[in-house]
Amino acid sequence: MLEQLSNFRDSIPSLRAFRNLPPNARREMRNGLLFLSPWIFGFMVFTFIPIIASLFFSFIDLSITDGILSTPKFVGFDNYIKMINDPMVGVNPRTWITFFAPSSTPSAMGVTITFGLMALPVGIFLPLSLALLMNSPYLKGQMVFRSLFYMPYIVPFVAAIYLWGGMLNTESGWINRALIFLGMAKENVPQWANDVNWVYPTYIIMGIWGAGNAMLIMIAGLQGVPTELYDAAKVDGANPWQTFWNITFPMISPVIFYNLVLSIVGLFQYFTTPLVVNSGTGRPGGATMFYNLYLYKNFYAYQDMSYGATLAWFLFVIIMVITFLVFSTAKYWVYYAGDSRS
Amino acid sequence: MKTPIAKRLSTIFVTALTLAILFLYLSPFAFMVLTSMKTQDQISEIGAPIWPAEAPTFEYNGQKLDVFTVPMPDGTTKDLAMLKKGQKMSTFIDPENLTAGEIVWEGSWRNLQRPWIFSLASAKSNYTEVITAIDFPRKMWNTFFYAIMTEIGVLISCTLVAFGFSRFRFPGRDFMFILLISTIFLPGFVTLIPTFTFFQTIGWIGTWLPLIVPSFFANAYDVFLLRQYFMTLPRELDEAAMIDGAGPLRVLWSVIIPQSYPALMAITVFHIVFAWNDYFGPLVYLSSNRANWPISVALSTFNGIYGQKPQVIQAGALMTLIAPLLLFIVAQRFFVQGIVVTGVEK
Repeated sequence: MLEQLSNFRDSIPSLRAFRNLPPNARREMRNGLLFLSPWIFGFMVFTFIPIIASLFFSFIDLSITDGILSTPKFVGFDNYIKMINDPMVGVNPRTWITFFAPSSTPSAMGVTITFGLMALPVGIFLPLSLALLMNSPYLKGQMVFRSLFYMPYIVPFVAAIYLWGGMLNTESGWINRALIFLGMAKENVPQWANDVNWVYPTYIIMGIWGAGNAMLIMIAGLQGVPTELYDAAKVDGANPWQTFWNITFPMISPVIFYNLVLSIVGLFQYFTTPLVVNSGTGRPGGATMFYNLYLYKNFYAYQDMSYGATLAWFLFVIIMVITFLVFSTAKYWVYYAGDSRS
Repeated sequence: MKTPIAKRLSTIFVTALTLAILFLYLSPFAFMVLTSMKTQDQISEIGAPIWPAEAPTFEYNGQKLDVFTVPMPDGTTKDLAMLKKGQKMSTFIDPENLTAGEIVWEGSWRNLQRPWIFSLASAKSNYTEVITAIDFPRKMWNTFFYAIMTEIGVLISCTLVAFGFSRFRFPGRDFMFILLISTIFLPGFVTLIPTFTFFQTIGWIGTWLPLIVPSFFANAYDVFLLRQYFMTLPRELDEAAMIDGAGPLRVLWSVIIPQSYPALMAITVFHIVFAWNDYFGPLVYLSSNRANWPISVALSTFNGIYGQKPQVIQAGALMTLIAPLLLFIVAQRFFVQGIVVTGVEK
C-alpha cells in the first residue's frame, strides 16, 4: 500500500497533459472523475478544508461556544507562543528542566515518546515472532493456530481493556495470583496501572491483542518468499540465523516497513487506552498524560478550539517529518522485489 | 538433514510451545467467562477459587453462619459453622451434629479455608444487571444501526471510487490515489476540531449524522482493497460489455460486482467490526445524548460505577464481544484475505 507513495513525483500531472487530450480520453477523464466524485467531495469537506480550517483556528481565539460563524479574533502567534512555553507540551528545552526534576509531572510529548519507544519494539517483534512460529514447518494445525491468534483482534477495544484490566487487577487478577503462586511475596507484586513504573507495561499488555493483525500480514509476507531461495541457502550451507538475515528479512522487509510506519503514526496518536483505563486524568503522577490526551482535554473538556487546533497542527507537522525520515531510510533496508503490480 | 525422529521431536516441541503461548494469549477469555458468573462474596474473599463458587452457610438460631473447613485433632478436617471468630481461637458448631455443642478451635480463623462449591447461582443476575444498568438492548440496537448505516455508505462509495481508480486512465488519477493513501497518516484531531465545530454550528452534535454521513464519501483502506481486487479482474469482459453498448455504470454493476464478492465481503465484515468497536467517534459526538450511545461507550461507563463489581464488568464485556466473535467465526476467510491485501500488496 505504502509503495504507492514513492511514485509521488511522477504522479503530479503537467498542465500539458490536460491540454492535448483527444476527445475519447476527455470522455474517459470525465467518467473517471464522476466515479471519483464521492471521494473528491469527501476529501474536500472532511479532510482538506478542515486541515486548512485547523491552521486558521490556530491563529484566532475560538472556543466551542462561539461556533464557526463568529467573527474571528486574530491573535497572531499567541497560541504557538503559549504552546512553546507550556511545560505540559514540553517542546521547549527550557521546560524539560521540570521534566527531569524528580517531583514534577512529565511533559505530554515526553510521555508519548517514552511510551512509544517501549511499545514500538513489542509491536514489531511480537507479531514477527508469532508469524515465524506460525510459518514453521514443524507446526501442526497452522491454519487453526493462525485463526485463534488473530481472533482476539476483533474484540471491541473497551471490552479488551476490561479483560486485560481484570487479568492485571492487583488483587483478583490472574497475573498477580500467578506471580504469588510462583513464589513472589505479596508485597512485591506489581501494582500495574496504579504504579508509575508499571503503567506503560500495563498498557502494552492491554494492547497485545493488536498483534494478530500484523501477524497475519507478516505470515502472508513470509509465504511470498520463493522456496528456491531457501533451497539455495541450504546448498550453500547457511545456518538458520544467516538464512533469516540474508533471505527472510530482506524479502519481508516491505511488510515490516508497512507495520513500522503505521505503528509510529499510531503511537504518536496514542490516547484512548489512558482515557479509559486511568479516566484520562494522567494518573499515576502524570505518567499517562499523553500528547493526544492533553490535546483532547484542551479541545473537548476546556473547549479551547484554538489551542487544540494549534496542538493538532504541531502533531501533524511532527508526524509528517517523522514519516518522511522513516521513508528516507527505506532505501537502505527495504527490499522491493522486481515487479510492481500497480 | 534431519532424521525422521528428530523431525517428529521438533514437531512435538514446536506445536506444544505454540499451544502453551496460545493458552496464555487467550487466558483473558477464560478469566472473563469465569468472573462473569461469580458472586459478589466470592470477589471480595481472599482465597476464593477462580471458578464460580459459593461457600455454604448454615442457619442456626435465625443467624446465617459461615461454614469453614476446620482441621480436627485426629488429623482429619470437618466442615463446621463458625459461631464466634477470633484471632487466637474461634468457636464452631457441627451442622451435622448439633447435639455435640460448641467446638473450640485454636488458631487464627483467617488461616481457615472455606469449602467452596461450584455454583452458577448468581451468573444470571450478573447478566441481568448489565441489561438493566445500561439499557443493553437499546445500546445494542444503536450499535447495530450505526454499523448497518455506515456499511451501506462504505459499500456504495468505496465501490464507485475503486472502480474509478482501477478502470479509467487520465492525468492526475495517480496523484489523487496517492492523496487518498496519505490520508491514513493524518492525525485525527487536525480534521476533527474544525469538523466538530462545523457540526456543532449546524446542530448535528448528539445525533448520528456526523458519524454516518462521512462514511458515504469513501475511505483509504476499503478503496485500496477493492481497487487491488478490481485490477486483477480481466479487462476483456469489460470491453466485451462495452462493445455491446454498456455504459461504465452498467459494466460496474453487471461485470465487476458479480466477480468481486470475496473483496466486497472482506470490506463488509471489516467495516462491521470497525463500527462495532468504534469508541472515540461516538464518544465525541454522542456524549451529550445518552439514549443514542452505542454499546462501546455505554460499556466504558462501567469502569467508574462498577469498579467494585468486576463480575458485572466482565459480563458486560462478554455480551459486547459475542457478536463480533460470532461474525469472525462465520467469516474468518474474508478477514484473512482482506488483511493480506492491505498489508502485502503494493
